Amino acid sequence: MATLNGADFVALFQAIAQMIERERDHLSALDGVIGDGDHGVTMSIGFQAVDKVLANEASGRTPADICMLAAKTFLNAVGASVGPLYATALMRAGAAVKGKSDVGAEDVADIIAAMAAGIEHRGKAEPGQKTMVDAWHPAAEAALGAKAGGSLKDITAAAADAGRAGAEATGSMVAGKGRSANLGDRAVGHIDPGAASAAMILDTIAQWASERAD
Amino acid sequence: MSPAPKVKKLLNDPDNAVDEMLEGILLAHPDHLVMSDEHHRAIIAKHGPRPGKVGLVIGGGSGHEPTFVGFVGRGLADAAAIGNVFASPPPDPAIACAKAASGGEGVLFMYGNYAGDVMNFDMATEMLAMDDIEARTVLTTDDVAVENLERRRGVAGNFFIFKAAGAACDKMLSFDECERIARKANAHTFTMGVGLTACSLPQTRVPSFELGPEEMEIGLGIHGEPGVRKGPLDTADAVTDEIVDKIFAEMDPEPGEEVAVLVNSLGATPLMELYIVNRRLNQRLKDRDISVHASWVGPYCTSLDMSGMSITLHRLDGELTGLLDHPCDCAMFRAGQ
Repeated sequence: MATLNGADFVALFQAIAQMIERERDHLSALDGVIGDGDHGVTMSIGFQAVDKVLANEASGRTPADICMLAAKTFLNAVGASVGPLYATALMRAGAAVKGKSDVGAEDVADIIAAMAAGIEHRGKAEPGQKTMVDAWHPAAEAALGAKAGGSLKDITAAAADAGRAGAEATGSMVAGKGRSANLGDRAVGHIDPGAASAAMILDTIAQWASERAD
Repeated sequence: MSPAPKVKKLLNDPDNAVDEMLEGILLAHPDHLVMSDEHHRAIIAKHGPRPGKVGLVIGGGSGHEPTFVGFVGRGLADAAAIGNVFASPPPDPAIACAKAASGGEGVLFMYGNYAGDVMNFDMATEMLAMDDIEARTVLTTDDVAVENLERRRGVAGNFFIFKAAGAACDKMLSFDECERIARKANAHTFTMGVGLTACSLPQTRVPSFELGPEEMEIGLGIHGEPGVRKGPLDTADAVTDEIVDKIFAEMDPEPGEEVAVLVNSLGATPLMELYIVNRRLNQRLKDRDISVHASWVGPYCTSLDMSGMSITLHRLDGELTGLLDHPCDCAMFRAGQ
């Protein structure tokens, strides 16, 4: 079975940073419809900073240390609301695999679940409120559901599929949190940008995993 | 979505816009402002913080200048934590501000009620507790366009709310008193705005929301968040009336009351239009037998290059009038003697 080390995690963050860069203006445009129009820019600033720091300081670190370093870097580059949310998610991800130099498929399921729990805790949000939780929560359930005996590829694909469906479902929701919460029915018909970027991240994780799976 | 033409802006690398702006601000206001040694996004009043005084730290995203950094100075805020454009600062600059502002009597964090700001400043508060600095938060929620009270945003009325709190701190009042006054000033401040054209972020240079050529958006937020309703552009008097009606409904003023007035440009709307609005606003106030103690007309809380304006009424009583008239000397704002 494939295991993943620190270098694999650096490659994952690099892939996420490249994906966000490609999607930056699209995500900002989604946010412009129901929010303040900066989501793509904010995510780009955060993951560019992570990519730069990891390129210089990541060598020889464990996956947990890399997640912690990414968390601090992302938080201080970004602030905003995604800063504390993803920083908390990444700290929980690091805590889930603390001390391990290599992680396996089951650990990746735990990482995805820990990230979702961290986001829900920090944002005090629940599924159904038209936020990134609507992608992360079902992704975590799907990852844990596929965990027993599942391959890295199966687990991450299940999470990505559930995340994508969750993000799409935000289109029909009235927002209960965040800036779009003041819009009432006017936000209906538009996908939440935080959920959209979450689904893209989960998709990037699945692609990364499929390139490494046996 | 059809590609929009890029909005023209004077920039270098857009990712450096906030830091280059701060550099320019510090060079323009060396007698008022200094950068914290601990964080380059923490701007401190040169003559504000002192032992025995409650510290006042304000902050939020960039793009609203002169809010927040322009209101740092003796008699108003001791420090401002600066975020990226329209994005809350992370905890680190807020912590650096609090340490610089602390006179041993506690620190007030005051900022607009946005989810990101609340999370970042709350994380800063937790971290400061480990250094034995007590920080308390008073959120500003003056935007009456939002019906749900818990979700009300802090917008241009920050100006009056920070002013009252800053004066209370400068008068060396106790932590409890400063906090009480900050909450009271917030409860006495009512704002609503209208957007005419969208702003654009330095990094994207495309309008951040869509508004038709003859359309306006009533109740728009200061980051371009959609408001109460979109409709055809109307006259200055009609728009002023709609906003004033909403503010009066919320505030329910008695004849004989006194207010301070802010007619604020969101960035691109010129003084000519603001004064036309102020004319109608004063007619409406006079009709209700409300007198105006003081007026400010101009760009005080902007939204980059958005065109549009907001009206704020600050309901005065003996205590708040005294605090409003208390002198302050900031980089971009002076009041009193």
